[in-house]
Amino acid sequence: MGRYLSQRLVQGLVVILGVTTLVFVVTRMIGDPVNFILPLSASEEQRAALRADLGFDRSILSQFWSFLSDAVRLDFGESTYFRNEDALGIVRRFLPKTLQLVVAGMIVAFVLSVPLGAIAALRPGKLLDKFLVTLSLIGLATPQFFLGQVILLFTSVKFNLVQFGDGPWTHLIFPALTLALPAIGRLTMVVRSAMIDELNSQYVKAARAKGVSRRRIVGVHALRNAAIPFVTLFGWEVIRALAGYTLVVEAVFDWPGLGDLAILSIRERDFFLIQTIVFVVAVMVVLVNIVIDIAYKIIDPRVKIA
Amino acid sequence: MIDPTPVLEVEHLQIDFLTRRGTVHAVRDVSFTIGRGETLGLVGESGSGKSVTAQALLGMIELPGRIVGGDVRWKGESLVRGPHVRRTIERVRGQEIAMVFQDPMTSLDPVFTVGSQVVEVLRRHRRLSRKAAKARAVELLDIVGIANPTERISQYPFEMSGGMRQRVLIAMALACEPELLVADEPTTALDVTIQAQILELVAELQQELRLAVLLITHDLGVVAGVCDRVAVMYAGKIVEDAPAADLYATPAHPYSAALLRSTPRLDIVLDRLVAIEGAPPDLRRPPAGCAFATRCPFAIDHCREEQPRLEVFEPVPNAVGAGDAETLEELEQPARTERTVACFRAAEVREEVLS
Ligand SMILES: Nc1ncnc2c1ncn2[C@@H]1O[C@H](COP(=O)(O)OP(=O)(O)OP(=O)(O)O)[C@@H](O)[C@H]1O
Ligand code: SF4
Ligand SMILES: [Mg+2]
Repeated sequence: MGRYLSQRLVQGLVVILGVTTLVFVVTRMIGDPVNFILPLSASEEQRAALRADLGFDRSILSQFWSFLSDAVRLDFGESTYFRNEDALGIVRRFLPKTLQLVVAGMIVAFVLSVPLGAIAALRPGKLLDKFLVTLSLIGLATPQFFLGQVILLFTSVKFNLVQFGDGPWTHLIFPALTLALPAIGRLTMVVRSAMIDELNSQYVKAARAKGVSRRRIVGVHALRNAAIPFVTLFGWEVIRALAGYTLVVEAVFDWPGLGDLAILSIRERDFFLIQTIVFVVAVMVVLVNIVIDIAYKIIDPRVKIA
Repeated sequence: MIDPTPVLEVEHLQIDFLTRRGTVHAVRDVSFTIGRGETLGLVGESGSGKSVTAQALLGMIELPGRIVGGDVRWKGESLVRGPHVRRTIERVRGQEIAMVFQDPMTSLDPVFTVGSQVVEVLRRHRRLSRKAAKARAVELLDIVGIANPTERISQYPFEMSGGMRQRVLIAMALACEPELLVADEPTTALDVTIQAQILELVAELQQELRLAVLLITHDLGVVAGVCDRVAVMYAGKIVEDAPAADLYATPAHPYSAALLRSTPRLDIVLDRLVAIEGAPPDLRRPPAGCAFATRCPFAIDHCREEQPRLEVFEPVPNAVGAGDAETLEELEQPARTERTVACFRAAEVREEVLS
């Protein structure tokens, strides 16, 4: 297990290095940050001075090298937009909001998709199954920006239910639901088809012949086997939420998380902040992947970790 | 010794499958009985309805399958209809009647240890503490010939060979001391040497536990060594039901005769029966007459018009082994010796086989 973990960590480091390199290169291609920091009236000398100050006058390789050597010490430089604030500090300030959103959304997705998918699988093709499948398809096909707007329109604008932006935990409900809904649709379908496969398998038939109760067959045997494909896809949902969907949902609900910060930092060409955000998200993605692998190993004894 | 009172009676059983392309009449009027401690072989080529019949014995026919006629009675109680049928099935399944399937590789849940699966069955049917159930599970694995049962019990199915898994499945079937073991091609998926071991095990257990066994197989070679009686199935019907020795000596149905001919030596275990020329009829539209008529060398016009019924077949007295001591000895046993055949020309068939 220890060896496995260290292997995965090394793999993870490679991934993180790759992603940050990519982002470093791409950010250097979207424009000169100095133009965004200084007012239009600034003189060419002032611009050059700032450029030298931020290190942008050096070759890209030497910039990259100092970026990497600083990153190892978890020093990601200072934000240019939030005047001289430590970039990692800013990310750490925004991160909890995003984590709240993702955790709440994924808990909702898990808690709903597993029983819904399992119930649909009990009688495939019957009315309830068809109803749940249709609902899932609608859920997974609805874009979040649209869904969020609809929710906002009906709850906030019409009935004054949701509160925009930051606030007590009730502010989390609708953004989390918006984040969860497409995932619920996809995961319900995954659970459903995995459960149908399991319930039609030979070991289920054999267990029935032994007199094992239906409840145990569905709730213990089929569910645990169906968890094997589910875990992977659930992990992907978490990753997609972390590294993508929160961007949209946070924008729609004005939720002050990492997604909001990312959009801001891109708009302001805040290179150091962009790099930090990407680095932190990449680390989280790698961690989620390791957790998925461990969960896999726990559920399926055939998976050898070595 | 075999007790002639049947524990299991199958009467005029009919099972249909509703498929998109029509209703398949998979089992068409099947009747047989199994006595206490008796071993009945059920043979027939693929698709003849053996597995479907076996599943009906445990009340396991479910949609798209449907029992459309007849009855299965276990010690007098119906497993098909009646107000208490669900309760009866629940009591009987896995406890009084147990089943072993063809494919040991997939018949165990891959993510639980074999021990926990044996324990599960024990605890389902017996009021045992976890500890007692585990001890009993070790004992059972030992009984079915698994070495180091205490270690094996905490292994997962993927850590075991096919033969070993089949032993585990047999142990599970025996967990609650059933009175009837239904084994649906228990050796088909195994290596030849392992096949023999598993059959030997079944025969041994059958003797020791006075189990009745329904042994389903493609393989007449398998049946020869183990069974008291053999029922031959063709296209959803039983065409001949006879004491094993009689069937081998003098088959009375042309299909049984063809099966025997295609099994060159009974002491050699074959993988599959050598195919008999022609194909069985489409069970969505079974023929009006004898289902074997298209492949039968004895067929006459009458065969195509009317269904031959399964009737008691009385051999002509002087025919087989009148002076054969073994046969006579067998005739004195309480075992059922009557033979039933569904063929208009059974007498001629037997004559020809003898000559
Ligand atoms: N679930 C099902 N749906 C539709 N038809 C079925 C189903 N199960 C069985 N049948 C049909 O019933 C008939 C008998 O099948 P069965 O499995 O009993 O044959 P078998 O004698 O056991 O053959 P084998 O030796 O190949 O195991 C076949 O024609 C098959 O098409
Ligand atoms: S009834 Fe006729 S066709 Fe059928 S097996 Fe007998 S002889 Fe052949
Ligand atoms: Mg079969």
